[in-house]
Order: sequence, then C-alpha cells, then structure tokens
Amino acid sequence: MTVAIERTLPVRRFAFDWSKPVFISLVLVLGGLVLLPLFWLAYYSVLAKDGSLSLENFRALVTDPTLRKPYAIAMGMALATGALSCLIATPLAWLTARTDLPGRGVVRAFVTASFVTPPFLGAIAWEILAAPNSGILNEIYRWAFGLEQYEYLFDIYTFEGLVFALSCYTFPYVFTLVANALDRVPTDLEEASAMLGGGVWTTLRKVTLPLVLPAMLAGGLVAILQALTMFGTPAILALPAGFHVITTKIWSLFQYPPKPGLAAASALPLLLITVFLIWAQAKIIGRRGYTTVGGKSGAARITPLGRYRWAAVAFVTVVLSITVIMPYLALLKTAVTRTVSEPLTWSSFTLHHVNFVLFEFSATRLALQNTLVLGVMTATAGTAIALLVSYLVARRSVAGASLLGYLATAPVAIPGIVLGVGLFLSYSSPPFMLYGTIWILFIAFLTIEMPAGYQQLSSAFKSIHPELEEASRILGATRMMALRQITAPLLRTSVVATWCFVFIGTIRELSATILLTTAETKLVSVIIYDLNESGDLGAISVLGLLLLGVSFAIVLLANRLPVLGGRRITALR
Amino acid sequence: MKHFVLAAAAAVMWLAPHAVQAAPPAPYEPDQALVEAAKKEAKVVWYTSTDVQVSEKMAKAFEAKYPGIDVQVERSGAERVYQRINQEYGSKIYNADVIETSDAVHFLVFKREGILAQALPSDVAKSWPAEAKDPDGFYAAYRAHLSVIGYNTKQVKAEDAPKSHADLLLPKWKNRMVKAHPGYSGTVLTGTAALSKLLGWEYFEKLGQQKVMQVQSSTEPPKKLAQGERSIMADGNEYNLFLLRETGVPIEVVYAQEGSPIAIGHAGLLKNAAHPNAGKLFYAFMYTQEAQQLASDVGGLRSFHPGVKEKEGRVPLSKIKVLFTDPAEVEKQIETIKKKYEEYFGT
Repeated sequence: MTVAIERTLPVRRFAFDWSKPVFISLVLVLGGLVLLPLFWLAYYSVLAKDGSLSLENFRALVTDPTLRKPYAIAMGMALATGALSCLIATPLAWLTARTDLPGRGVVRAFVTASFVTPPFLGAIAWEILAAPNSGILNEIYRWAFGLEQYEYLFDIYTFEGLVFALSCYTFPYVFTLVANALDRVPTDLEEASAMLGGGVWTTLRKVTLPLVLPAMLAGGLVAILQALTMFGTPAILALPAGFHVITTKIWSLFQYPPKPGLAAASALPLLLITVFLIWAQAKIIGRRGYTTVGGKSGAARITPLGRYRWAAVAFVTVVLSITVIMPYLALLKTAVTRTVSEPLTWSSFTLHHVNFVLFEFSATRLALQNTLVLGVMTATAGTAIALLVSYLVARRSVAGASLLGYLATAPVAIPGIVLGVGLFLSYSSPPFMLYGTIWILFIAFLTIEMPAGYQQLSSAFKSIHPELEEASRILGATRMMALRQITAPLLRTSVVATWCFVFIGTIRELSATILLTTAETKLVSVIIYDLNESGDLGAISVLGLLLLGVSFAIVLLANRLPVLGGRRITALR
Repeated sequence: MKHFVLAAAAAVMWLAPHAVQAAPPAPYEPDQALVEAAKKEAKVVWYTSTDVQVSEKMAKAFEAKYPGIDVQVERSGAERVYQRINQEYGSKIYNADVIETSDAVHFLVFKREGILAQALPSDVAKSWPAEAKDPDGFYAAYRAHLSVIGYNTKQVKAEDAPKSHADLLLPKWKNRMVKAHPGYSGTVLTGTAALSKLLGWEYFEKLGQQKVMQVQSSTEPPKKLAQGERSIMADGNEYNLFLLRETGVPIEVVYAQEGSPIAIGHAGLLKNAAHPNAGKLFYAFMYTQEAQQLASDVGGLRSFHPGVKEKEGRVPLSKIKVLFTDPAEVEKQIETIKKKYEEYFGT
C-alpha cells in the first residue's frame, strides 16, 4: 500500500537529493580503502629483485619448507581453536539463554569482558599462569603435591597451549551467535516434542541443538578465521616454543634484510583462505530461515535444571574462571609484585612497575594519547560511514547500492597482517606518504572495523520499517531530513553500540598495527608487545590493566553491547 | 654581493665534510651556545637497543643536567631499531636524533649510506681506543657488553653449572635452557657469528636439539632465569644478569672456557636530526665520565672511559676471555646465519 502512495506523488525537484553524490563518494572511499592495498600486495608479489615481473616469490612459497610449514601449523591451530570454541561456548550459551541457571546476567557480562580483552594481553596473562616452571598454576601444583622442581601440569608454550589461549578469546563469537539463535528458536517445536513424550534431554538433542547447529558452525568459522589471522598470541606463545605460524612468519620477513615481495606473496594464500571461510560462513548463515521458522511465537522456553543446577553452576564457574577471572587476577598480581614467580606478600609488594609505567617510561603518555585519539577518530568516522552505507543499502535509494554493502564487508576477508603489508606498500612511498603518521593507522583501523560496523547498523536498519520514513517524506521532508528527524533518533542505541564496538576493536588491534607504527605513532598495544619481547611482565600488567580500565569505562558508558546478547531494540521490528 | 659571499661560504661549509671525509672533525665540548640552542629545541629523540629501564635512567640524568630538554627513549631490539630506521628513512621520516644499537654491522651500513653526521665528543677523542671509534668520527662505542652463559643458583648448584658452551650440549640441560634470537637481537647475531666461527655450526645444530625456549631480545633470557622459568641461559646479556643479581635475584654469570662474545654498541648522531643541537648535546653527554659511570652502575655496561670504576663483584674485562668479531665479516654472513638458525631452532 505504501508503495502505491509513493508512486503517485510528484518528485520534488526543489530540494536537492544528496543520495547520488554521497553514494559516489562512498564508493570511491571504500573502494580506495580496500582495493589500493590489495593492488600493491599483488604487484609486489610478482615483482622480482631486479624490478621485472616474475613468479619467483610464488615459487619460493611452494618450494621452501620454512614457508609451507607455518601454513600447515596455522591451519591445524585454527581448526582446533574453532572446535574448542564451539565445545566451550555452545553449552555456555544454552545454559545462559534457555535455562534457569542463576546469575545469567553475570555470565553475559563476563563473556563481554572476555570479548573486550585484547587477545595478546590474555596470552601474556596465560604465560604468567601456565609457563611450565614459573607459572603460578604450576607453582601451586608443585606446592600442593610436594613435587620437585621442573614438575609441571601445564605448558603454555606448546601447540596445545596456543590453541587453548586462542580459544579463551575466540569463544565469545560462537557464544554470541548461538545465544542469539537460541533466543529465536521457536518454542512451539520444542513444545510439540515435549507433548509427544520427549524428555528435556531428548528435546534438547533432537530439536533444539539441530536448530542452532548452523549458528554454531557459523560461529566456529568466525573463531577459525580469528585464530588463523591473529598475530599477537602466536608471537607470544609459538615463537618461544620454536615454531612459526603464517602471521609470525610474514612478520619475520620484514626483519633485516627485508623481503616485502616474499611477504606479499605469502600473504595472498591467507587471503584466499579467509575469503573461502567467509563464503562458507555466509552459506551457512544464509539458511537462517531454518532457525527462525515461526519466530513470532512467544518467549523462549526455559528449561529447569533441577538437580543438575549445581553441576551447571560449576561448569560455568570453571569456564569463566579460566577465560576471565584467573588471567585478570594474574595481571593484577604481577603488576604489584617484584618478580613474577614470587608470591604476593607484604614484602614482595611493590609499586615499582606502576611508578615505572606512569612516570619513568617515556612512551606511556604518547601511546595512551595516540590509542585514545585513534580509537575515538576511527569509531566516529567508522560509525558515520557505516551508517550512511547501511542506510543506502537498506533503503535501496540508489541504483547499485548493494555494491556498497559488498565493499563495506570485503575487508573482513583481509587478515590484519595482510592489510598491514598492503598498507605499508601503498602508503610508504609517493604519491601517498602516510607511513609515520597516525593517518595510516586510521586508514588501517577504518578498513578493519568497517565490516563489523556495517553489519551492526544494517541489522539495526532492517529492524526499522521504512514506512516511518515514507510518512515523513510524504509530509515534505527530503531524504536527509527524514533520516535526521525520524531514523536517527530510532537508531541512537545501535549507533552508540556500534561506536563502542569499533572503539574496542581499534584498541585490541595488533596484527596490522605492528607493521605500521613508528616512534611518533606508538600505540599501547605495540608497546605492550615490545615490552613482552624484553620480558618486562610487571610493566605489561600495569599497562594492560590501564588499557582494560579505559575499555571497560567506554563499554559501561554505552552500557550495553547488543552483539553480545544484551537487550536489543525490540520495538519497531 | 655580501649575500653571495655568505652563500658561497655556506656552500663550502656544506661541502667541506664530504671533501675531507677521511679526517675526523675537531673534537667538541658542549658550550653555552650549544646548550642554549638545544634548549630552544626542547627535545631529543634517542633510538636505542639498551634495556629500557637503563635507557630511561640515562634520559633522566640528562634531563636533570639540562632542564627543559626532554629525552624521548625509543627502545627496541637492535634489529628492530635498524628495521625501523630503514623503513622511516625510506619514507623520508626523520624522527631520530641519536641512534644506538648493539650490532656493529649497522654502523658500517649507516656510514656507507651517509645518514650519520660527523661528531667527535672530546671524551671520545681523548680516551677511546682506536678499535672503539670510527676513524672518521661518524660513530663511537657508547657501550660494550658480553653475551654470556648464566644460571639460576636456586635451581642449579655452582659445581653442577655449565663451564663451557660444550657443557650446554649435555642431556641434563634438555628443556632447561632459554636463549635469544639472532633475527631480533644484535648481541646474539654477533655472538652467533663468533661462536659458529669458533665451534662450527655443529654446535648450534646440537643445541637446537636441546628443546631450548626461544625468546627474542637478549635482555629477556636473564629475566626468564630470574623468574625461574628456565635454569640456564645459553646466551643473553651479561649486564641484565649483573643488575638482577645485585637486587638479590639468585642468578650467576658463567664466562665460558671457549670465550664470551662481545657486542660493541655504537652510537651516532644522525645527519637529518630533527633536533640537531639537542642531539649533539645528548651525543656528547653519552660519553662523559658521569654518563658512562651511570651506564656502568645502573646498567652494568662495560665502558671505554678510563675514569669509570666498576662495581665490586663484577669481573673486569681484562680477566675474561673475550671473543671479538669483525663487523664487516658478520655483514656478509647475515643471510647464512638466519637460514641456519631457522633450520636448527625452528624460527
């Protein structure tokens, strides 16, 4: 009906419609952001040392075992991380979304905390906890059983340790998708199962789980993607163990004498793998109809846990202690003790590290300032662009608007380190000399965060029916006026949430950053990494806690993150 | 006409260093004019690979002596500092005023590429031996330190501790050792060159089978010893061991029977420094007796200044078998060293 009214209206010529110019400039900006680094990456990968074009670098990639092996290890690591994340997150999500587990809100808050924690910081915390000889947990183990030195329970510097530390910070992706899917699983199907005599567990196994399986697989793929493209955690845990994964290998190719061509060539297969994973994920998510059949039916069915209640509480407590509570306590303890292995007592208590970081270490202030300025800039610009893009795509107001959607999603397929290489090649020589300024980091962060921002806002737009805007336009408003007066106020919560999301994303970033910072453009994440290479764990803990404090303050300010299952706008669906 | 004369004089002065490159410049002592000019610039940026806590103390000492001039310390591993200055100079970014790394090869390259300024602080001219400074006055040794073996005295008794590099290959040290990486640390690159020449690559091949914990910077193995994470360090900085031992951490230095590689850490003033006067002032300060004494006291670094007195309990350099390396020779071997190393140690 609304469509018919719009058609009969005369087009208003006197008010300039900005859609077209905005569309064209967005295509140019996003296209530039994504395509320029990819172009240089491809160009350098086929550039021989003497400046001619050749496939020399790709030949090295296939024949050199020191390049092939990191790929194999990285694939194994990523798959294992995906599996482990699903194993942890699925029961946790079910317990949180669909049972009478006490403290469900607390669980969600802790999962959010795990999401906000930069993975490299978590990896360092796990070094403190589970290094074979000095790790706190191993100290306790030896003390409790009266064992000799060198006996240990955990060794974080192993392939298994690496997978574990990665999973601690990738499981929230699975949790989110599964919890959201569980919120939408139609209760009538479950009730039908119950009426036909299926017990709680039969219903769970035969109805609920199959319905959320796609969400779990999709979450698992995100976890695999994250693990595969991460730099910090493997650099901290795999290098001491004496093996490379692909991201650390690419990074090492920039050491003296640098081999940017080989680095570019090694980055391209990683790009192909991520494109494949994204495609697979889209295929699975595309079957969403499957999970939302009859989605209109009432509130989610809550399963009483009965006598399993305490077992469930124990499971949740263990998971949250491992992923959040223990690492935070370890950082806190390390921040105020002289050396890592000492127990915290009155005599070993010291403010030396706090003092060093805040007053002696000259990089702290600049890095904190850069991190915050860049975080705010990226979050603001990123949200604004994502808002415009998702509006144009959702309302299809310009022909070819969906192209914008693809451009905004494309960076998700570019691993951070690959983007870092591409951006360094693009912006370290004329005509674009941005290396050494914060603008190259700004571009990197904007590109990296664009897909997440766009996804958030486009789903928010989908939840607001166009008829409200149409009503406004019938009453004489231009497209921009309608956007400002009607849509913007309705979207405020989502916009704030997106802003926070992007802000946290920039603070966590290390994979691209590590290749792009200089002395003047240091970020907290990079100085934490530098300090780790010289073994200053106390200083790292202080800086890490400082960074976490700021991140949490920002999250609290915006007070909820819809992606992580906080309350979402339910009105206007 | 007057302008022309000035311009011509300027041109001659600009050309002068190029024309007489073989000769070192006249030694200088910071005078009031230099201090004033430096204070106007208010800042000096120092790229260093010395341990961060030591470098920050040096910076604080300079700031106390010349109030109003801030020192920005940029600490990273020697190879990272080198990688960074190359990336930056390749992009015409001139952040650094003074550069210092523990890899003497870098200064051969810097001098060849012409990015250093000639500057000869009077202390260097007066007291530095010829091997510890550039004959043309482009750089000089700010510090030297050994790469040594070390052990945690709580975990290993003195009589059981390794005495030589050969001892490190004993089966009992499997899983017990930590070492730094030649791709990251200039000290370890120099040490790997020295030891592979002396003991052959078989030594590293066997060491690689000992399941050694691989860290990056040569400042890190001493810290892993202090934590008790590993009992023996196969290589790493002597000065970090000194510093930790002197605060009561149970660790001890071993000067291997075969000899201990020495890493000479040169410093140089950059030609395109953003703060040329402050840079020159800081550069001179680094070689003064007070600064060198400070580097020895708080840094445990070895100094070429004859006035520096070493702390009790530190074995003087003259009583240690020291392995010197020729940086020109190391430069030719870098690719081989990195390749062999990855083959034997995995990264």
